[in-house]
Amino acid sequence: MAEAYYSQLLDIIKPYLPEDVSVTDITPDSHLLEELNINSAHLVDIMLDVEDAYDIILENEDMEKMETVSDALEIIRSKLNNPS
Amino acid sequence: MDTMNILSRLPYSKPFLFVDAITHIDENEVVGTYTFSEDLDFYRGHFKSTPVTPGVILTECCAQIGLVCLGIYLTQHEEVSEEAGVAMSSAQMEFYKPVFPGEKVTVKSEKLYFRFNKLKCKVALYNEKKELVCKGELSGMFSSKSYG
Repeated sequence: MAEAYYSQLLDIIKPYLPEDVSVTDITPDSHLLEELNINSAHLVDIMLDVEDAYDIILENEDMEKMETVSDALEIIRSKLNNPS
Repeated sequence: MDTMNILSRLPYSKPFLFVDAITHIDENEVVGTYTFSEDLDFYRGHFKSTPVTPGVILTECCAQIGLVCLGIYLTQHEEVSEEAGVAMSSAQMEFYKPVFPGEKVTVKSEKLYFRFNKLKCKVALYNEKKELVCKGELSGMFSSKSYG
């Protein structure tokens, strides 16, 4: 389950990676903005794509918490477990 | 929020202000105008023999009216700073007709979404004959505080 979420999330992130970062560089601890060099506008795109993929609604606080790939997974997991 | 108030909060001034008036604004769309004065400096070099408004300047005009004015309107209830903090994050434009010195243009912009401080709009710029000059999609990130 967790593995499936992880690979699904990588597919969501992939189109927003700058050309000098490859999908194989991503680890659960990768910092989305600082290490993967995703810009803040593309972080919003990732948030919107995550909403569509998992049919969840994210809030501004979720965006603030979403620093690394595993933060994103944790947010998705908690939303899916506690639908609002 | 009245339109004069929005204009006063734009973070631009001459020679890089490309908004004269907002003729309509609501939660979903904005319409504004700008007249390209013959005195604008870039006409001396673009082009050397024939002055034509550069596409990047038309894009900037679309962004100032279509993205920044609308963003100021949409964030009016948030923590207010004197100047809006904004950064263009993407621009995808197509150009159809030239704009010569002295022409007045009208920009129409429609909000596609505004979420997590990112505003994405569909914009179109028309000349005085109501011909389409350019159109595209622009997005920008807003912060209620200034840069930094």
